[in-house]
Amino acid sequence: MATAETVLEHEVHEHDSKDAWSGGKEPFKASYGKLMMWYFLLSDAFTFAGFLIAYGSLRFSSSTWPVPDFVFSTAPFGIEKAPLIFVTIMSFLLIISSVTMVRAVQEGHRENKNGVVFWMLLTVLGGLGFLSCQAWEWTKLMGAEHMSVTTNPFGTHTSDGVYMEDEHGHAYKAGEKPEAFKAGGSYLIHKHENEATGKEEWVQRKVKYSDGTMGIQEFGPAAFGALFFFITGFHGFHVLSGVVFLLIIAVNAGSGLYVKRRNGYEMVEKIGLYWHFVDLVWVFVFLVFYLL
Amino acid sequence: MGHLTYEQSIKAVYRGLILLGVVTLIEVFISLLAKGHIIKGAEEHKVILYTAGLFIIGLSLYKAYFIVYDFMHMRYEVKGLAMSVLLPTLLLVWAIIAFFQEGGSWKARRDQIKEKNAEEVEGKTQGGLSLGDDVYVLPEWRG
Repeated sequence: MATAETVLEHEVHEHDSKDAWSGGKEPFKASYGKLMMWYFLLSDAFTFAGFLIAYGSLRFSSSTWPVPDFVFSTAPFGIEKAPLIFVTIMSFLLIISSVTMVRAVQEGHRENKNGVVFWMLLTVLGGLGFLSCQAWEWTKLMGAEHMSVTTNPFGTHTSDGVYMEDEHGHAYKAGEKPEAFKAGGSYLIHKHENEATGKEEWVQRKVKYSDGTMGIQEFGPAAFGALFFFITGFHGFHVLSGVVFLLIIAVNAGSGLYVKRRNGYEMVEKIGLYWHFVDLVWVFVFLVFYLL
Repeated sequence: MGHLTYEQSIKAVYRGLILLGVVTLIEVFISLLAKGHIIKGAEEHKVILYTAGLFIIGLSLYKAYFIVYDFMHMRYEVKGLAMSVLLPTLLLVWAIIAFFQEGGSWKARRDQIKEKNAEEVEGKTQGGLSLGDDVYVLPEWRG
């Protein structure tokens, strides 16, 4: 009787892995689901790496590139000239939500249902906070600064010189001191309403370089906009789907579904792996887009 | 798991939070320093920029290691599992070298095109108006 009970218990414990994957012994001492989650994450890592390497090689191939601490220097509530501050807050949100996820997994190992649900919901809040910040960042870039997949108004001066026109594209009046700029300096091309047509138009200010040649503010490398929106968008989509799955699993955990499985809330552990991966990818997106 | 008591593992988690937070702050600080936001004029020195870049990359790799080994519990998995996930990522080292080399080569070509277009052909200017029909000017790619 005692042996029968132990066998039964063993079978219940191994239920998810179907008799230890039918070979009698689990490969890598891990359940099927967990191992496949690891391999999915590996393949996803290659996708992200492909994108980030594309960013790197395009950046290497251009003579100028927008300076991140100029492009990303605003924060909500009218804060300006605060380079990288807002995006650091976004990073912290993801780190904190990763920590709450670890706590949820730990409570799962103790078979503490309420603890799992509590910490998972906190993780969801962190994820939603991150997505809201990203939504604000995108809105600012698209709405106020008019960056798009094909247009990048963030340019860089290639040599020293002075502007010949003011911000609105009008020639300087007599007595006005023209604005000077240096090589490597960043600028944002603005859109202003054309007085004649009433339409919003790009104003590329005329400039005079120190060697005497004339020119206008050129647009920055167009690839920057496409890379930014595709890569941070792809990451944001991962966060969004993570939030959806976290919610589904939190509801399942709350309903007592995983109590019956008696496998230490392995489903929570699996979504935990995914969630930490999202944080891991952000480490590199943060590095490539904002820090370097 | 299973190597630490419940209290110990909770402590380890909050140590991890502080560690990741502090490393992130150091990264941002180094980045702003190299771009000349903390000391004016630092951004003009290429050496500072590249050294800071290397430091930040190192710190990011450390963060990645910490997340994988502690938060994702790779430390407690069988060695075979860890290697079968981690070793394939070494292929990326080659990808980075190859594609960055390619990027550098594109830049050389673009600079060459720019230079050629700026040359004056027998007194004709590059305004486009006075060039013969058989002269093809390569467009400058905006990236």
